[in-house]
Amino acid sequence: MSDSPLLELDAVSKRFAIRGGIAGSVRGHVNAVRQVNLTVQRGEVFGLAGESGSGKSTIARMIVGLLPPDGGTLRFAGRPVVQSRAIQMVFQNPGASLNPRRSIGQSLSVALAAAGVARAARRHRIADLLGLVQLPADTALRYPHELSGGQKQRVAIARAIAVAPRLLVLDEPTSALDVSVQAKIMELLVELGRSLGLTYIFISHDLSLMRNFADRVGVLYLGEVVEIGTTEALFGRPAHPYTRTLLASIPVVSAAEARLRPDIPLIEGEVPNAADLPSGCVFHPRCPYAFAPCTDQHPAFTRAEAGQTARCHLLAGDAASVHDMTTREQPA
Amino acid sequence: MAAPAQRLSAARQNWHRFSRNPTAVVGAAIVLLVVLAAVFAPLLAPYPGHVGAVVDFRARHHPPSFSHPFGTDNIGRDIFSRVLFGYRVSLSLAAVVLGIAVPFGTVLGLAAGYFGGWSETVIMRATDIALAIPPLVMALAVTAVLSPNLLNAMLAITALWWTWHTRLVYSITRTLRHREYVEAARLIGASRAHILFREILPNCVSAISVKVTLDCGFVILLGASLSFLGLGVQPPTPDLGTMVATGADFLPDDWWEPVMPGLAILFVTLGFNLLGDGLRDLFDVEDVR
Amino acid sequence: MNGAASGALLSVRDLAVTFDTYGRTAQVLDGVSLDVPARRHVALVGESGCGKSVTMRAIMGLLREPPARVTAGEIIFEGHDLLRLKPRARMGLCGTAMSMVFQDPMTSLNPVFTIGDQMRAILAHADRRLGRRRSRAERHARIIAVLGQVRMPDPERIARAWPIMLSGGMRQRVLIAMALLNEPRLLIADEPGTALDVTTQAQILRLLRELVQARGLALLMITHNLGVVREAADYVHVMYAGAVVEAAPAAALFAAPRHPYTRALLDCVPMLSGGGRFRGIDGAPPDYTSPPPGCRFAPRCAAAMPRCRTAPPAFPVGPDHRAACWLVEAA
Repeated sequence: MSDSPLLELDAVSKRFAIRGGIAGSVRGHVNAVRQVNLTVQRGEVFGLAGESGSGKSTIARMIVGLLPPDGGTLRFAGRPVVQSRAIQMVFQNPGASLNPRRSIGQSLSVALAAAGVARAARRHRIADLLGLVQLPADTALRYPHELSGGQKQRVAIARAIAVAPRLLVLDEPTSALDVSVQAKIMELLVELGRSLGLTYIFISHDLSLMRNFADRVGVLYLGEVVEIGTTEALFGRPAHPYTRTLLASIPVVSAAEARLRPDIPLIEGEVPNAADLPSGCVFHPRCPYAFAPCTDQHPAFTRAEAGQTARCHLLAGDAASVHDMTTREQPA
Repeated sequence: MAAPAQRLSAARQNWHRFSRNPTAVVGAAIVLLVVLAAVFAPLLAPYPGHVGAVVDFRARHHPPSFSHPFGTDNIGRDIFSRVLFGYRVSLSLAAVVLGIAVPFGTVLGLAAGYFGGWSETVIMRATDIALAIPPLVMALAVTAVLSPNLLNAMLAITALWWTWHTRLVYSITRTLRHREYVEAARLIGASRAHILFREILPNCVSAISVKVTLDCGFVILLGASLSFLGLGVQPPTPDLGTMVATGADFLPDDWWEPVMPGLAILFVTLGFNLLGDGLRDLFDVEDVR
Repeated sequence: MNGAASGALLSVRDLAVTFDTYGRTAQVLDGVSLDVPARRHVALVGESGCGKSVTMRAIMGLLREPPARVTAGEIIFEGHDLLRLKPRARMGLCGTAMSMVFQDPMTSLNPVFTIGDQMRAILAHADRRLGRRRSRAERHARIIAVLGQVRMPDPERIARAWPIMLSGGMRQRVLIAMALLNEPRLLIADEPGTALDVTTQAQILRLLRELVQARGLALLMITHNLGVVREAADYVHVMYAGAVVEAAPAAALFAAPRHPYTRALLDCVPMLSGGGRFRGIDGAPPDYTSPPPGCRFAPRCAAAMPRCRTAPPAFPVGPDHRAACWLVEAA
């Protein structure tokens, strides 16, 4: 039992109706998430990386039970996922995740009440919780507008851990914060993860952050996982051209860092509209290595390295791998 | 610019902004004056006895003077005293109508906005129907069927007034329903009642209070209109609308008899409207009314 | 900090700006100096609330006064002190000789006009101000040419499109095109590409850099992202709490930062090389209504000493490299 995964996503799909016109009739569908398979082990930090339209937030909302999937199953500790205190979420925008009309103490108190903490013990527990997220106890008396973004995010984390969850979904928890504050929040998350034995799902578009926090990473593009692997493998030898494109696009702060970015001819263009998906491999219109099968055949997952698979025709059969392609293009 | 100058308390900031908003300050002053006048009418009125059917033939149709600032009416009663008592009727009308309609409308708006589905359909279609009926027409119909008195008029207005608040609260709730803090409360396992009344409702309060303030002016005006038509407050109870109606017979010679109570209606309605607009600026509430 | 290049295109000297909020006065800019020489790409980098946007707004004449008030300093552009120029003359410069690329590609375009209409309006305004006469066809030709310069496929079609029909990256290109319409000599870019996906951002930064280089323009870029600075700027000013704490050529700044704040900030950036260590900066920026005496970073600085209670001047520490810190003087 203990070595079974904590969370399993099996062929999970979600589509949204596009409504339009005066009567709000359904005009079409966006397949926001398609056939996603993931397993998250206990105590692991699983990263989901992707740009806008990748479906990462939709997956997050399905994992916590705020959205039902349209296809496939999500299992938490072997049972179908339902909204429960065991799975909590820290939202992206600290400004919106706390009720502006309620004091921090009131917001935390609700969580404690829901977790069955007696009224008399709550005040004490609130101080403990604030201590855990390194905020002074008198923060309980304050209102969200009196706090900085980083402090609000600490409160949001305190509220999530107040109900003693086992899995914490972090949806871009620092993307609205300054880099100096981001580092402090990440430090806190690392510490809490260790001391409380939490399992994290970390959603971010920031791959440098991912590199330093996640144990394993899944890369999402247009609603599907295109590559999945341990952080070491994925950053060391990214197999999917999209992963390489993403890594190559990161603005870095030193020459040494710049050398770590993979070489890939960056092509112009943006993530296509999810309502009008490309045929075959969804990445082929932007892929510098696209060849015959990419335009009409949807690639299957192929093992690239130990603990690393990617959906790419380059990896299958006798086609040259993406690494060979790059070496050929860069004359020595 | 997000300078960390937010150390001042929220209350002080609000007071600062309020005191720098002439509309709100003037409106609040007028409303306060009217409320005090109504509450202390028995003490302030020079002729408290003139509330009833007192007749003083020697003092009939006296123009405004030092002893009768607003003049006297056709049976010699002091109009100023009657205006002060008239405010009592107007304000209680507003208080009763809004006291029933606002909580009722708010709860329905919360339910329709948060739960959606059939509750949304039923409630919102009901408001559509109710909004299609002008309150004055409804009051006319009800008082025609039942009997023309204040209670029936109030019932008629109340029966329609909740819909405005339902629509207001519904639209706010719809936008708040998927706010992160509401979802976080759901994930924690907070009850529906908690989410509706503790998480969402407090965020509707500023919009509701702006609307209630503006409504006070409307309801008072509506009540006066009904009384003017003879369908509201019945004599001898002093009511501003009735006073305008009775006084109108003596135009143009005894102009003060309808004009003074008319100005009194204008004054209180203006006060509530200014205060409502001022509060709206203060709270930065959009889309009220 | 005194500029090395006296012939700078834009030169801000000891700019001080206060904000009146709820009866209190916040010293938001405390003597900011910076230079943008012709053909150079200068970045102004700092965290939120450091005053970089206020500086930019002061340069563009977009400060709302009140609550803002410029209490000291000068902003010299091509020999004119913008702060002492008549409003009409100043308006004549903004949008023509210097123009701005706005940050948010989603809200900076008016949704009810086509791209062509909005660009035509900009041209018409500028022509009127400069007393230039141009026919409709000439204006149209100019619009199509600029849209081509920002590498828009099919400029004729884009000119007829409404903003909603374009993606975020396309809109950002349109905003750049708008800024280039009147052939400015200085381009001010507010957080370029920040609102976009990382792959799109990389494209936009590359485009911006190429355009500015090809046209020989000076670029002043305001950003919070140090990575973006390294990709797109050749000279950097680091701001903290209303003052420039370090100014250096980009290569020197990233290789050997001298001010403790710059060092701490660079340490906060997560590394692609991994390591899993997160180092933030303890404490918070000061309350601008009652800042600490002397160096405003001192309360958060690990190397603070009694001397820091007096504000340090900018010490030269290398070629064209200055840092406002007593530690640097000692070294």
